[in-house]
Amino acid sequence: MSELFDLPSDLQNSYFGLVALHLREALIPVLVGLLVALPVAQLCVRLRWLYAPVLWVTTVLYAIPSLAFFVILIDYTGLSELTVMIPLAVYSLVVLVPAIVDGVRSVPQETLAAATAMGFGPVRRYVQVQLPIAAPAIIAGLRVASVSSVSLVSVGMLIGNEGALGNLLNSGLTYNQPRLIWLSVVGTAVLALLVDAALIGLRVLLTPWMPRATRKNDARTLAVKEAAR
Amino acid sequence: MIRIDSVTKRYPDGTVAVDRLSLEIPDRSITVLVGPSGCGKTTTLRMINRMVEPSEGTILIDGVDSRQQPVNTLRRSMGYVIQNAGLFQHRTILDNIATVPRMLGWGKEKSRSRARELMERVGLDATLAKRYPYQLSGGQQQRVGVARALAADPPVLLMDEPFSAVDPVVRKGLQDELLRIQEELGKTIVFVTHDIDEAVKLGTMVAVMRTGGKLAQFAPPAELLSRPADAFVEDFLGADRGIRRLSFFPSAGLDLLTAPIVAVDATAEQITAAGAADTPYLLVTDADGRPLGWSEPRDLTAGEITADRLLPYGRPFVAVTDSLRAALDCAVLSPTGWAVAVDTSGRATGVVPQQAIGEAIRGAHAQTAADEARDAEPDEDGKAQKVAP
Amino acid sequence: MNVLNFINSFFSDNAHWQGYDGIPTRVGEHIQYTLMALGIAAAVGLPVGLLTGHTGRGGNTLALIATSARALPSFGLMVLMFILLGLGMAPVMIPLVVLAIPPILVTTYEAMRSVDPAPVDAARGMGMAETAVLFRVELPVALPLILSGLRSAAIQIVSTATIAAYVSFGGLGRYIIDGLYQRNYEKVVGGATLVAAMALTTLGLFWAVGRLAVSPGVRRRSAGGAAG
Repeated sequence: MSELFDLPSDLQNSYFGLVALHLREALIPVLVGLLVALPVAQLCVRLRWLYAPVLWVTTVLYAIPSLAFFVILIDYTGLSELTVMIPLAVYSLVVLVPAIVDGVRSVPQETLAAATAMGFGPVRRYVQVQLPIAAPAIIAGLRVASVSSVSLVSVGMLIGNEGALGNLLNSGLTYNQPRLIWLSVVGTAVLALLVDAALIGLRVLLTPWMPRATRKNDARTLAVKEAAR
Repeated sequence: MIRIDSVTKRYPDGTVAVDRLSLEIPDRSITVLVGPSGCGKTTTLRMINRMVEPSEGTILIDGVDSRQQPVNTLRRSMGYVIQNAGLFQHRTILDNIATVPRMLGWGKEKSRSRARELMERVGLDATLAKRYPYQLSGGQQQRVGVARALAADPPVLLMDEPFSAVDPVVRKGLQDELLRIQEELGKTIVFVTHDIDEAVKLGTMVAVMRTGGKLAQFAPPAELLSRPADAFVEDFLGADRGIRRLSFFPSAGLDLLTAPIVAVDATAEQITAAGAADTPYLLVTDADGRPLGWSEPRDLTAGEITADRLLPYGRPFVAVTDSLRAALDCAVLSPTGWAVAVDTSGRATGVVPQQAIGEAIRGAHAQTAADEARDAEPDEDGKAQKVAP
Repeated sequence: MNVLNFINSFFSDNAHWQGYDGIPTRVGEHIQYTLMALGIAAAVGLPVGLLTGHTGRGGNTLALIATSARALPSFGLMVLMFILLGLGMAPVMIPLVVLAIPPILVTTYEAMRSVDPAPVDAARGMGMAETAVLFRVELPVALPLILSGLRSAAIQIVSTATIAAYVSFGGLGRYIIDGLYQRNYEKVVGGATLVAAMALTTLGLFWAVGRLAVSPGVRRRSAGGAAG
């Protein structure tokens, strides 16, 4: 049974080592993307005119194929993890900005007015009112970003074996071992589903105020927005 | 005639929306279904065009079971108006209205010219024809909804809370418009509302329904106001049904006094003559006979009458055509307690004191009681004629 | 800036404009892969999305399918299909179709669900047949959102079709993969530029289709929701 997860020695890693690496390469960019997206989104909410051009720029960025993005970066960052992670961070940013803007905009005007009337300052109002209410939309964005990030890391294999679980694809072909390719594909898919499930769990935890039925509905409306990326 | 014959609607989960309801909806008149939410009024309406299929009972259209014909043929023979109009946002106003004629296979040009005709009928400016629904106000959209329902000239019009979503001023306009259109076209209209005032204003017959889909009372509005069948109906009618009922008594019977009216440029003799009527107040009018205000006779001096020193006269009622409710309202609004009657062009035709209106009301009540005693179950013919409030 | 230099020299090299590895051939191949994958995905996703959206049933199943499909890594799936099925079109098409179905399916479903129920009720009440309700009342209103689903599917296919080159196929990915192995960055950048240009052209095409196919009465209303 243990042979199932045995890897060729040239990978210099165990299967679960690759899983951990995969997670790191996929999720750190999402986190960075989120940290950049929050202020950018807030700016777009504040300055309405800014949103349309920002949307255009993000759409164009998203149109650059990941593989090309990786390869172009080699010239600057070499054959390293960073080369894989920078494009993934950009894609995450692209998915998250509209998600956060939509989420923050979906906060009812009356709620904001009530918060202001109660004496909330702009920062407090943002952190304590707008962000929590926008949380479902933001998490929906995070789900799309992390699932696609997990999937895209594999492509990093092409640039000097920086694809974590994706590296198994190359080994599988080289040593003609389909088992390794199965391990890569199934492992990546399960990883994506687990990250997705974890984020759903996070949303349930963060939004106890949402009625069950609405939450379900909401998940479906968010599904469109996710799918529309 | 539409006949609802002990119809029940029971949903799979066991809820009974309509419970053994029987109603005879008279032709060429407005029948209003009214009641609190959950009373099954909309379900009843939707069973007429089979948007909802009855669980039990039958609905007969001109004596034929509505299930005899294909459902879409049935629906195309009935206009259908809903809350918020439900316009097709991707079609122009003209094409929205032309929908049913097009479905019935009329040519494009014929359908459109018919649609133009209807826009005029419901009071929509012809310049709106090429607009899209989002460019129209809520009231205008609702007019388009009515025009669309009338497009194929169906004998029956089903209206489901059509005016509930517009503001009160627009709603009043739409109601008046509907009454006017109905006077011209004489459709059989079934109208659902939760607003009892709307029901009383529009209905020839009013069916009050109660929660659980049961009929509480089916009567002309005047009878509803004078003799609510039970505590539920009485409660639903609201507190001032006595006053509202006066809308159904014409002011024709009032004795109008013309003597205590003087023009603003009256001579001393005319003022003295008017004072001889021995009323506490005189009505001063302008040179054309339009009311200006009240004054005590001793305060009037020929040539020195100014409008700003007169007492207000409230809102005059139109003699004969307005109801006793309007007359009473006028008397109550004026600090003198006297009401001013005018003709349709606004010239004063007489004045009448509150006491006289009170007597007229008592007389009207006595008359109604006598009528009702004569035929214990008054049918449609026996109902009081409705006059403008 | 050297990226611009790369682009310039790539496109000004005559050798890149002819032959089996010329730009016209590779662009043609890329368009072919894209249209095939989009066509198959749409043939599956649109009818299913329209029908489930119209009836309102099966939304949760759809969401589940979409989530699962999205979790499958396109690159890995292609390699897997390659070793299972051998060299051929199928190993390239399967991952692209799997990639494109979720956005088409879910967006179409949601587009149909988000149609205002009042006009649909009015249409039925007027005696409109069920197919007419679907195609003449719901579809025109749902169209902008459906197009946005097709658009994001198309863009993802355009960008992902590059991986076909890894399993010996053509398309614009050829330049990127070959350039990578030959350490010829000019080629890589040139290929990437072409793919990005194709993605933008796709955006433009969908914008034009939207202008032509969507009624002004609907376009105005959904103007705010055009975010992609």
